Amino acid sequence: MKKMILPVALGAAFAATALSAASAGTLEDVKERGKLRCAVSTGLAGFSYTDENGKWQGFDVDYCRAVAAAVLGDPDAVDFSPTTGKTRFTALASGEVDILSRNTTWTFSRDADLKFTFLGVSYYDGQGFMVKKSLGVASAKELDGATVCIQTGTTTELNLSDYFSANNMSYEPLSIETNTEGRANYLADACDVYTTDASGLAASRATFENADDHIVLPEIISKEPLGPLVRHGDDQWADIGRWVLNAMKIAEEKGITAANADDQAANSKDPEVKRLLGSSGEMGASLGLGNDFALVAIKAVGNYGEMFERHLGTQTKVNLARGLNATWTEGGLQYAPPFR
Amino acid sequence: MSENNFAFVSTSEKPQLPPPQGTTGAIGWVRENLFSSPLNTILTLLSIFAVYSTVPGVVNWAFVDSVWNANSLDECRALTENGACWAVIRERYHQFLFGFYPSELYWRPILAFVLLFLALVPALWDGMPKRGTALMASMAYPFVAFWLIWGGFGLEPVSSTKLGGLLLTMIIGVSGISFSLPIGIVLALSRSSNLPIVKSLAVIFIEFIRGVPLITLLFVAHVLLNYFLPKGVNFDIVLRVVIMVTFFASAYMAEVIRGGLAALPKGQYEAADALGLSYWQSMRLIILPQALKISIPGIVNTFIGLFKDTTLVLIIGLMDPLGLVAPTLADQRWNGIFVELYAFIAFMFFIFCFAMSRYSMYLERKLHTGHR
Repeated sequence: MKKMILPVALGAAFAATALSAASAGTLEDVKERGKLRCAVSTGLAGFSYTDENGKWQGFDVDYCRAVAAAVLGDPDAVDFSPTTGKTRFTALASGEVDILSRNTTWTFSRDADLKFTFLGVSYYDGQGFMVKKSLGVASAKELDGATVCIQTGTTTELNLSDYFSANNMSYEPLSIETNTEGRANYLADACDVYTTDASGLAASRATFENADDHIVLPEIISKEPLGPLVRHGDDQWADIGRWVLNAMKIAEEKGITAANADDQAANSKDPEVKRLLGSSGEMGASLGLGNDFALVAIKAVGNYGEMFERHLGTQTKVNLARGLNATWTEGGLQYAPPFR
Repeated sequence: MSENNFAFVSTSEKPQLPPPQGTTGAIGWVRENLFSSPLNTILTLLSIFAVYSTVPGVVNWAFVDSVWNANSLDECRALTENGACWAVIRERYHQFLFGFYPSELYWRPILAFVLLFLALVPALWDGMPKRGTALMASMAYPFVAFWLIWGGFGLEPVSSTKLGGLLLTMIIGVSGISFSLPIGIVLALSRSSNLPIVKSLAVIFIEFIRGVPLITLLFVAHVLLNYFLPKGVNFDIVLRVVIMVTFFASAYMAEVIRGGLAALPKGQYEAADALGLSYWQSMRLIILPQALKISIPGIVNTFIGLFKDTTLVLIIGLMDPLGLVAPTLADQRWNGIFVELYAFIAFMFFIFCFAMSRYSMYLERKLHTGHR
């Protein structure tokens, strides 16, 4: 009994200090520790998974590696914390991780109420529905009364209830904890419909034994801008995360790849490329990093396009087209502010 | 004697006749055990049918048609129509055993595992020579294991985020099991004590912990303590989980042992008092040995339940064997493979739980002193 009370009492005493201490000097903490602590998903095809050597891989994971490369010079200096939909925000808010890169939708309340700073949009997604062809449904409007597999603690859960009540339909929710569980339930006919981000649906469908028996319905019922986030209160750290992401987008725009980055840094005549790669100006120093932070990050994981194609693109099983995630010059939404 | 009235007296035993045909041997056994009544006959036939219709399929799936060498699920599917794709286990078994522990340091958890059995020998085998000394050495085991697994003091440190798989299950399970028994005994004694403060503290603790689901306690460990503890204090997540799981198991253990205490006849307590034994002497020499013996099935039941409950940590993002299924499935090469992974995990858990249950049966037989 005493054991129970003691940590709680101690904790209450320290609570104020903890919250204020957690918000200052993340960069110094990371440098002192020599490791970036990054929260990722416990497993989502293309975004975060483990390879045969137990190394984390994926689109969200590579972003963390880029930040680690920019800050510490070593893309492998990352401690990954797998988090679920429920634990991700507390892990970040409590200071257990430095940055959260876990297909998290940027919303008003997460920004303002939960007090996080979103660093930009790494992937534009939207919520869709997958059904079995045998159900004979061609539009989400025909789903009245369906049983829906839905991940708890996510924005998809709220979107779903909004969409069904807006269209005056009812549904039977089947709450699930992880993507894996959702897919298993869907395949076992525990639910008629599986709903999550369209990227997740495509990834799941691609792995079904009979992918042709399933269709993703045309309706996209929500905007899901996914991106990395950090705690409120440390603007320097937020700037670092934001500009690593932007640097990767600019690199794609300018044709800088992991392979030619060194060459570009030495020989490019483009002033923005020179500033980005640190061959001119003192840009990195104003973030508290080396001037070549973007060069190191790009050499570690490539530019935005390379990262996308490696984990999500049409050459992979996830098989997603760039769509909204093409650069603005090619009709997409990925648009980084100028590096000057 | 030959002048007797008896016509005939047998001077030796008659040779025994063979038992009626069909009551001994294989046929007799089958008749008696499988076809002794119409109901039994029907049940037997149904069972034979059930075995016949499932076993060949499972054996085929698991052994005959299974694939061990492939690089992805697609390759597996190309090689076999409906066999198991064990290739994923072959590629990832070390992850399911050790999580993300650095492979060049695997000897450390393995050594810790071997030492665990050495440390268990004096605890489980009471005929051991020099048992007292050995038990003292066993007490040092938790510290040695902690040092081996987490490193420090000359060994390369390994962070908790690298722990996973069966290693994590063993860490949580073994520490939960070994700490919950002594704490549970103390709680049970406190609860049946005459001292009001001790008693009410024990009651509050037990009822509070038993009234809360383990998942809630795990969330407390993961979320609440995080907010409360100052940032500089690195209170390891695995440690927090171990503490919560131990609390949880102790509360149940206390009630199991209290059941044993309550089952003892009052005469035993009175006899101990009459002998002039102090409270601790009577507990140690008379009450507890009997109460614990009665409680063995319940205690082992709690152990096994605890060991399996450790899989709940996947909800707070720890990578126990079940938690490792998700990142494995998210790998594009293995996406869509379920049964093989779960079957493998079930097999691992079965080995440990079955061993515990067998040991408990051995212990019960050995301690059966014929009071019942």
